[in-house]
Amino acid sequence: MDFANFLIQLLNSLQYGLLLFMLAAGLTLIFGIMGVVNLAHGSFYMLGAYLSWFLVSQLDSLALAIVLGTVIAVVFGWLLEWLLFRHFYHRDHLDQVLLTFGLIYIFEEVRSILWGDDVHSVQVPEMLNWSIPLTDNLSYPVYRLVMSGVCIALALGLYLLISKTRLGMKIRAGAFNREMTESLGINIRLIHGVVFALGVALAAIAGMIASPVSSVYPGMGSSVLIMCFVVVVIGGIGSVRGALVAALLVGLVDTFGKVLVPQIAGMAVYMLMAAVLLYKPEGLFKQ
Amino acid sequence: MSSPKAQLEKLPRSMQVILLLGAIALAAFPLVPLTGADFYLQMLSQMMILAIFAMSLDLLQGVTGLVSLGHAAYFGLAGYALAFLTPADTPISLWWSLPVSALGAGLAALIIGFFVVRTHGIYFIMVTMAFAQMVFFLFFDNKALGGSDGLYVNFRPDASLFGWTGIDLENKTTFYYFTLLLLVLVYAFLRRLLFSPFGRVLAGIRVNEHRMRAVGYGTFGYKLAAFTLAGALAGVAGFLWAAQTGYVNPELMGFHMSAHAIMMVILGGMGNFAGAIVGAFAFEYVMHFFKDLTKHWQLLMGTFIVLIVVFAPRGLLGLVAQFSRKRGAP
Repeated sequence: MDFANFLIQLLNSLQYGLLLFMLAAGLTLIFGIMGVVNLAHGSFYMLGAYLSWFLVSQLDSLALAIVLGTVIAVVFGWLLEWLLFRHFYHRDHLDQVLLTFGLIYIFEEVRSILWGDDVHSVQVPEMLNWSIPLTDNLSYPVYRLVMSGVCIALALGLYLLISKTRLGMKIRAGAFNREMTESLGINIRLIHGVVFALGVALAAIAGMIASPVSSVYPGMGSSVLIMCFVVVVIGGIGSVRGALVAALLVGLVDTFGKVLVPQIAGMAVYMLMAAVLLYKPEGLFKQ
Repeated sequence: MSSPKAQLEKLPRSMQVILLLGAIALAAFPLVPLTGADFYLQMLSQMMILAIFAMSLDLLQGVTGLVSLGHAAYFGLAGYALAFLTPADTPISLWWSLPVSALGAGLAALIIGFFVVRTHGIYFIMVTMAFAQMVFFLFFDNKALGGSDGLYVNFRPDASLFGWTGIDLENKTTFYYFTLLLLVLVYAFLRRLLFSPFGRVLAGIRVNEHRMRAVGYGTFGYKLAAFTLAGALAGVAGFLWAAQTGYVNPELMGFHMSAHAIMMVILGGMGNFAGAIVGAFAFEYVMHFFKDLTKHWQLLMGTFIVLIVVFAPRGLLGLVAQFSRKRGAP
């Protein structure tokens, strides 16, 4: 593998890892703070991608679609938390697994009724539809770089939100000790709603910015969900920092696995997980 | 974090009668002349196979308190084992292909269990799911292992013993009875196990693992043994499934299959194996019913699952028990 090729694979793995981080961050926050296993998290990614396709076809602008789509995702997440998830924080994990598995069925069917079962593609915006040449015949699409940039910006925003703001302080307090936080007069229900909506929005944004690169298709949520689980397990439940490290690691292993050992590429990531589990059964950054 | 609650370990007399009547009804069913009997025989065989699968999961989920979201991997592996063992031109002997397939699934469970059993709660759920997915991709990605299309099982296993050919599994009715026999055997075995010292330790782990450790039980070994045994029994079900349908594909090990098994155990009521059987039949019936009703069956199925979780988390047997208790009270 020469340097240009290596660079391309490295950038691809970075982009994939950052995308996974967007999904895993929401998942791990929801786990860590509310203690909910959410199998339907992949569905939010799928809904984001379909929303992006639908809104682009209506508005003719990806940027506008993402802004509007994010608002829809936040409202949707808020409602879902209020109607359903709120009542499951104290139930068995088993009940949570089943509830969210049932939701996967419902979301898939709603998508099928609203938008059909066809595979769609979203046009890369004109302004970003060019490539940076690396060698005579190799180049890297700018849109993928922008994607990574957006993910990094959002990751930075998330970090600042959680560690530097008052809201973030309340979120951390709620994760640490729910009763104590509540008795200090903090509206923990509001915090839960905010965190859940944030998680849904992050997953949906990931789906929206990924839609021009990957096609938009039914069932795109479930494959990405399982990857997210692997990321959360490797990183340690509840740790956003762990999710970032693990996501980048998974991105690297998956991308280079496909290039170097294509026979076992599908398994490589799981082997990484097994290795981490042997070494640290509770993830790299257990809190 | 609360552990899943088992219930009705000792079945009330009324429920034992219901189960016995159900078994008699299943045994008598092939004798009833019915139009389209073949179809129903096959459907019932399939339900019985899934009941065995659900019972094997109940050993983990209801008895030991380990929620595995990857149990289908062992079900599928045994099915693939049969597909690989069966030569292209002749059937294979049942008497060694069934044990080998089940042991193969058990061995896989032992290896994977070694990694997953050391995790707890949410981790256990996610890690079992991830490993099942690893097995799924192993078969999905490799053309040599059948790839995404899967493999054919050319013949049902041959059950002749020392030249005696009284059992012909190619016959639908015979296969039906063979499946029923295995269902009863697995049930009897697991019920016996539940009240054995081993079963008591597993139940103790569900209730309070720390205390079991403090009392001096090596819970890791017990949990690993339960995981392995459950994998092998799931393998028995997977073997039967492959023999019946004559076809295996990666979907057998997929995420949906695993989740359905959990749903069956919950739907019936967990921790007593009888619930798993009832749940498997009820779940499959509801699924067929919705699929016949509309092409948007997923919406109905999803709503059904959500409603069950919200309103009947203790399952059908739990409802029956609640009802009879109310009626019995003055």
